[in-house]
Amino acid sequence: MSDERKIRILVAKPGLDGHDRGAKVIASAFRDAGFEVIYTGLHQTPEMIVAAAVQEDVDVVAMSVLSGAHMTLFPRVKKLLDEAGADQVLLTGGGIIPEDDVAELERRGIGRLFGPGTPTTTAIEYVNGWFAAQQTS
Amino acid sequence: MSTIERDVLGRAELGRLVERREEELAQLRARLAEWEESYDDTPRRDGPFTTISGREIAPLYTRVDRDGADEDEAVGLPGSYPFTRGPYATMYRTRLWTMRQFAGFASAEETNERYHYLLDHGQTGLSVAFDFPTLMGFDSDHPRSLGEVGVCGVAISSLADMERLFEGIPLDKVSVSMTINGPAVILFCFYVAAAEKQGIDPTVLRGTVQNDILKEYQAQHAWVFPPEPALRCIVDMFEWCSEHTPSYNPISISGYHIREAGSTAGEELAFTLRNAFEYVERGIARGLDVDSFAPRLSFFFDVHNDFFEEIAKLRAARRIWARGMKERYGATNPDSWRLRTHCQTAGVSLTAQQAENNIVRVAYQAMAAALGGTQSLHTNSMDETLSLPTEKAVRIALRTQQILAFESGVSNTIDPLAGSYFVESLTDELEREALALFDEIDALGGVVPGIEQGWFQQQIAGSAMRQQREVESGERVVVGVNHFLEGSEKIEIDTLKIDPEVERMQVARMSAMRAERDEATVASTLSALTGACRGEQNVVPYILDCARCYCTLFEIRAAMEEVFGSYKEPVFF
Repeated sequence: MSDERKIRILVAKPGLDGHDRGAKVIASAFRDAGFEVIYTGLHQTPEMIVAAAVQEDVDVVAMSVLSGAHMTLFPRVKKLLDEAGADQVLLTGGGIIPEDDVAELERRGIGRLFGPGTPTTTAIEYVNGWFAAQQTS
Repeated sequence: MSTIERDVLGRAELGRLVERREEELAQLRARLAEWEESYDDTPRRDGPFTTISGREIAPLYTRVDRDGADEDEAVGLPGSYPFTRGPYATMYRTRLWTMRQFAGFASAEETNERYHYLLDHGQTGLSVAFDFPTLMGFDSDHPRSLGEVGVCGVAISSLADMERLFEGIPLDKVSVSMTINGPAVILFCFYVAAAEKQGIDPTVLRGTVQNDILKEYQAQHAWVFPPEPALRCIVDMFEWCSEHTPSYNPISISGYHIREAGSTAGEELAFTLRNAFEYVERGIARGLDVDSFAPRLSFFFDVHNDFFEEIAKLRAARRIWARGMKERYGATNPDSWRLRTHCQTAGVSLTAQQAENNIVRVAYQAMAAALGGTQSLHTNSMDETLSLPTEKAVRIALRTQQILAFESGVSNTIDPLAGSYFVESLTDELEREALALFDEIDALGGVVPGIEQGWFQQQIAGSAMRQQREVESGERVVVGVNHFLEGSEKIEIDTLKIDPEVERMQVARMSAMRAERDEATVASTLSALTGACRGEQNVVPYILDCARCYCTLFEIRAAMEEVFGSYKEPVFF
């Protein structure tokens, strides 16, 4: 990762789902890996998440969705990010998301989505790789 | 022989017995020292020889480990104090545990169909899973519900939905458990009103509403009101139910979600029991006789991977509860000392990789629940890390319980592991661990201050992180995830998908319901409820009035929120 500045990542829990074990584990793992981590807390609307992303000037928004509402929530946050002029922000995440839906969301411009059992290091490598590619492009 | 002569003889006999016992123990210690030597000289695997909760396990347990323990006092017999061996004298010889699969998805009609299916396949009780909007107190047509209606459970926004949910299911015959907490009192009133509509007298209702708000703040996070008004509603339920629905459990004090959120077995045990005692203290503070409500307090534990630790946890829970209720809270009715529990296998232990392996995990966990003496059981379906379960997966999960109950033989004798050096030592150890955690909680000022300071949440998150590190380092083997990976690359089982059409239909149905009801009655019952919240009356009859005239979940919630406010979590990670 870049020496000049830390990557800023917003870990977010959209919707009404309260299962935050994964979000907290991810937030801690990214912090331990040297990222600047902001965690939104629970029950956030897409509007609240995008406002926080813009205000905190983050590079990455990582959403944890275990509620099955991913097909509504990811596209909605993506659209609001674009509208707020934050289309360069990487929107990624994880949760209980069937493979077909992952493929469909990727087609709609969402970054990689990680399923149950993924090591935190895989997600960290992915974000680091994305960031490095951004810097050189 | 005179009494005095008998006494002298008796004492001499006792002295000889003690002497013999000490001699035997000394011999055992000597043989044990020899065994230890040979153990130390023999090469061993790397381990870890710890439970999933990080507890060190010795290679061998003997009588020495329980030297000094009073078997009669601590273990006793099933159905009698301190209930370590089970809450009932005859346990599964009289009645097997209730096989109760948690189910709910899409609309009330579709869930109703699944309930009929489960009952037709030999299930003996029902358990309702609500969708997230319902769990948080939002109607299906509320903007916050968008995309979540019927997705993770069934959408119930008013009495009308509750009536459809139980159509053709006689509520005087089938016991129903409902997993709802933040707005529990509202859904409970929908349920009572639905029973009334079936022409059933609420006094015969059997079942349980989870209604355990403390663990929501600590772990599961489906809350509505702040702690104090939420606790008031719970005590209102204790009071109302003891009179009007005497066979119904107004609470299921739950360790399940604490464990699933990442806690250890010891933390699950301690936090759950300490929460339970908090409810007892609140009831007593209200002026209720402890024996008027304590017999209907029920429990719900997780049954995780570590077979013996889970069995010991259930045995320790019964003992801690019995001792606390009798000695500390002065309950005199044995039913107040008797801990009755539901169990569910550990969802968090299931893997998306090689999902069929989950059938085996669930089977071992289910066996631990039976050996631990559970009163009812949900066995998870193999596909739950991927979606809500398919019918086939649910059937296998239910069959797992039936094989356990009818083929394995575990239900033939009561508490078969009692007297095992290991299981008894582990039971003692878990009890000690829980009591030490009680002291820590008391030092924080109690349960509510602990929640406000984020202490419970941080303990749970810390344990979750430790387990994650163990899995990622490979130290803790998870088959198909970090070891034995062949076959893990591609997920190849069917999953259940909820049609987005469900949300549209549910929203349309709500508009139709609103158009038909009497708006003037709706407004007046809601305003009466707000008044009751402001005063000190029991809120249950007021909510029941609202339910009967088809006020919606969110309307009732809002009427209460006006006085109670809403909960804001302390955010940290």
